[in-house]
Amino acid sequence: MSAAAAGHEDEPGIAAGEAAAGTRAVAGARRAPMGDPIVELLLRLGDDRLILGHRLSEVTGHGPILEEDIATANMALDLIGQAASMLRLAGETEGKGRDEDALAYFRDAVQFRNCLLVEQPNGDFGQLMVRQFLFDAYSVLLLDELSRASHAGISAIAVKALKEAKYHLRHSSEWVVRLGDGTEESHARVQRALDALWRFTGELFVADEVDAAAAAKGAAVDLAGIQSRWNAMVDEVLTRATLTRPADAAMQRGGRSGRHTEHLGHLLATMQIVARSHPGATW
Amino acid sequence: MEQTPNAPVDESALNAAFEAKIAAGDSIEPKDWMPERYRKQLTRMMSQHAHSEIVGMLPEGNWITRAPSLRRKMSLIAKVQDEAGHGLYIYCGTETLGVDRYDLFNQLLDGTAKYSSIFNYPTLSWADMGVIGWLVDGAAIVNQTVLAKTSYGPYARAMVRICKEENFHKRQGYEICATLANGTPAQREMLQDAVNRFWWPSLMMFGPSDKDSPNSAELLRWRVKRKTNDELRQRFVNLTVPQAQAIGLTLPDPDLTFNTATKNWDFGEIDWAEFFEVIKGNGPCNKERLAARNKAHDDGRWVRDAATAYAEKQKARAKTEAA
Repeated sequence: MSAAAAGHEDEPGIAAGEAAAGTRAVAGARRAPMGDPIVELLLRLGDDRLILGHRLSEVTGHGPILEEDIATANMALDLIGQAASMLRLAGETEGKGRDEDALAYFRDAVQFRNCLLVEQPNGDFGQLMVRQFLFDAYSVLLLDELSRASHAGISAIAVKALKEAKYHLRHSSEWVVRLGDGTEESHARVQRALDALWRFTGELFVADEVDAAAAAKGAAVDLAGIQSRWNAMVDEVLTRATLTRPADAAMQRGGRSGRHTEHLGHLLATMQIVARSHPGATW
Repeated sequence: MEQTPNAPVDESALNAAFEAKIAAGDSIEPKDWMPERYRKQLTRMMSQHAHSEIVGMLPEGNWITRAPSLRRKMSLIAKVQDEAGHGLYIYCGTETLGVDRYDLFNQLLDGTAKYSSIFNYPTLSWADMGVIGWLVDGAAIVNQTVLAKTSYGPYARAMVRICKEENFHKRQGYEICATLANGTPAQREMLQDAVNRFWWPSLMMFGPSDKDSPNSAELLRWRVKRKTNDELRQRFVNLTVPQAQAIGLTLPDPDLTFNTATKNWDFGEIDWAEFFEVIKGNGPCNKERLAARNKAHDDGRWVRDAATAYAEKQKARAKTEAA
């Protein structure tokens, strides 16, 4: 009989006597301890935009019309630019010598803090635009609050990003209306996308200990207030688009603590392949 | 008033006026009379140029998701976005000749239109992003700098604007190359490999040799073209060899030597069989490029239909409100 098949009793770590003697600490905290809340907040903000920008960049050159290729590339550029400044500030605040590229290219999926919504695949143009719209509405409201934060670094980034986010929201909400109130097919497609993505929206408004601690450090956001304004904003656009708002059934969450959907790993595998194949190289 | 559709026009007088303008170095504008053959040649050249910008988005788009730093990722997205803008701009310029950009676009999709042969080569490593910027945009600039003085006004003006952006792309590409050249052994190897693959196809971008270029004489006389294919190719080689030397690259041509008499870099014979195969549609990526364009077009049909339907509904609503 091979050693592996001999059974658990022979494995030292699981031997009953040893565990009882308390030589191995097994009982840990339910959650990993929180790092600097400002760093955590910046990772959430930066990762949302990096991952969504990356998703948009996947379709560069494959859009339904040339003008839309230009517009999508523009949004991707804005979002990745925002991500770069947020991750840079996260790295500086953390003080461990990680810059925006180290954070973008040398973290694994479970270390990313983006919401689940932005990592969902592009699907068809309707799904891409619904995802964009749901995020843009949230992003405009969030950045608006952060632009008034007493934390100078965060407010400076938010002020600039807010201008761009407003353009994105206008663009994505116009498309949602156009597709919703377009043809029978476009209506059906965009409704399907809305139904599929809705379960990832609840997470956006869940306040946790990071939000509370970040507020104490000068970056307060009122997620409950944002949620009610987001609801009004989304309802207004969905009505114009003749779309039906899905019921708030079971919501998925986990992105903020690194519990992602399986999609993120594949996205990162592509995004990080060159950088990780040549550690220490400059580009 | 009744128009007489077939009123006799004194073409010879119009033609004389056209030729006089050309001889005087004036530009031809959309409303000016021009020989059908001139219109046709310009339409061909401009639409091929626009198609090249659009297809050219694909080989570089292939590396956007894998760009190894955020700065490089952003500049690559911006570059591909510029190409979309150039395509749009030149399609609009072509429309001033009385064609519809959608018809031109359909010719691209059904494979009857031509575009630059270079985009039928695959991009296999990150270094290709540097080398395409340096060599491909570099070659395009040599072509387009001359086209900025072409006799057709809208094309010339488009080229002035586009050349500025292409210069930026070229600098960016060369900077990627220089960074790789100063990098790790693996990065240097990646760069040299990309140069080996793209050098000859870049030389082919100037088109067939003058002796096989049937349109050249007429285009030169009309000042549509200002230099021959071979003259432009030579200028490109002369500009590029020192740039390769500066970052320690080898160009894959054993015949490359400086000719002290002509002050030119002499180079070896281009594999014209390969060139004509790629032009015919048998290059390494012709099928993939066309398939990608067609897929984007087909996948986008319902989106375009929806936009049209929505616009019509809005028009109808505005009418009802006004009534």
